[in-house]
Amino acid sequence: MTVDLATLIAILAMAAATALTRLSGLVLIRHVSLEGSRRKAIESIPPAVLMAVVAPTAFATGIAETLACAVTAFAALRLPMLVSVALGVASVAILRALGL
Amino acid sequence: MNDDTKLQDFLSGMRAISPLIAAVIPIGLVFGAVAATKGLSPAEAGLMSALVFAGGSQFVAMDIWTHPASWTGIGFAALLVNIRHVLMSASLGTRMEAFSQPARYLSMLFLADEIWAMAEFRAKVARLTPAWFAGLAMPFYLAWVLSGLAGAALGAFLGDPVVLGLDFAFPAVFIVLVMGFWKGPETAAVLLASGAAAVATQHFVPGVWYIAAGAIAGLAAALVTGRSRDIEVTP
Repeated sequence: MTVDLATLIAILAMAAATALTRLSGLVLIRHVSLEGSRRKAIESIPPAVLMAVVAPTAFATGIAETLACAVTAFAALRLPMLVSVALGVASVAILRALGL
Repeated sequence: MNDDTKLQDFLSGMRAISPLIAAVIPIGLVFGAVAATKGLSPAEAGLMSALVFAGGSQFVAMDIWTHPASWTGIGFAALLVNIRHVLMSASLGTRMEAFSQPARYLSMLFLADEIWAMAEFRAKVARLTPAWFAGLAMPFYLAWVLSGLAGAALGAFLGDPVVLGLDFAFPAVFIVLVMGFWKGPETAAVLLASGAAAVATQHFVPGVWYIAAGAIAGLAAALVTGRSRDIEVTP
C-alpha cells in the first residue's frame, strides 16, 4: 500500500484540473447571462461532448465495436440503461470471440 | 423543508441512481485492473478515484501513464477531457435555486457525467433539492471508489477485460446518454459534426484533442442550425 510521490502529484494535478472545470461553470453563470441563443448553444453541449468521446470507439476501432455501438443505441430507444449497456457489452464480447 | 421530506428526497435520489451504480461497478473494476497493469498500487488507484472522480479522464490518464508519472501531461489531459464540465456545471447551476451558495460549489465537485445527466433529467420534472442530489451522488461516489480499489486489488484475477467486453461498458453508457439527449434534427446536426470532427482529429492528432475538437464542432453546428432557424421565422 505505497503511494509514489510522482504518482501522488499527478493525481493531485488531475484532481485540481477536474475541480477547476466543475466549479468554473458555476462562476461563469454568475457573471454571464445565458438567455436566448446562448442557452440553446449550452443545451447542445451534452450530446456534442458525449458523441466526441465515443466516436472513435464507434466508428474507427473495429467492426465488433461499431456493431455493438449500434446495438446499444438501438436498445436505448426502448430498454432501460442497464439492460442496454449489458446488451452492448455482451455483443462486443461475442463479436470479438467470432473474430470480428 | 422538514426532515421527513429530506429523507424522502434522499431516498428518491438513491432510487434514481441505482441502475447506474450497477453499470458503474464493472467499469470501476476495469479501471482498477487497468491501473494495476500500469503499476499503480490499490492505494494509488483508490486515491485517484476518490480525488478525481471522473472516469473518462482516469481512463485517459491510464492510457498515457508513464513511470515516473508526468504531472503536467496527465494534468493537462484531465483538463482537456473534463473541459465539458464547465458547460455541464453552467447548465446545471441554473437549476439549483434551492441550494445555498456553498452547497452549489460542494455539489459541483461530484459532477460526474452520470450524476449530471440524472440531475438534469430530474430538473425537468421536479425542483432539484440538496437532499435529492446527495442521495444521487453519495452512493455513486462510494461505488466508484470502492470498485476501483477492488479492481486494483484483484487485478489479474478479473481476467482480460477486452475478452469479456467490459472495456465497452464505458462507451456503452455514453451512447445510452447520447440517445437520451435526442431532440430532433438539430441534435442530428450536432452529433454528425461532433462525431466527424472527433474521428478526423483522433486520426491525425495524437493525444486527447479529439474530445475538445468534437465538442467545439458540435457546438458550432448548433449555432449554425440555430441561426438558420432564426432567419426562417423572421418575416
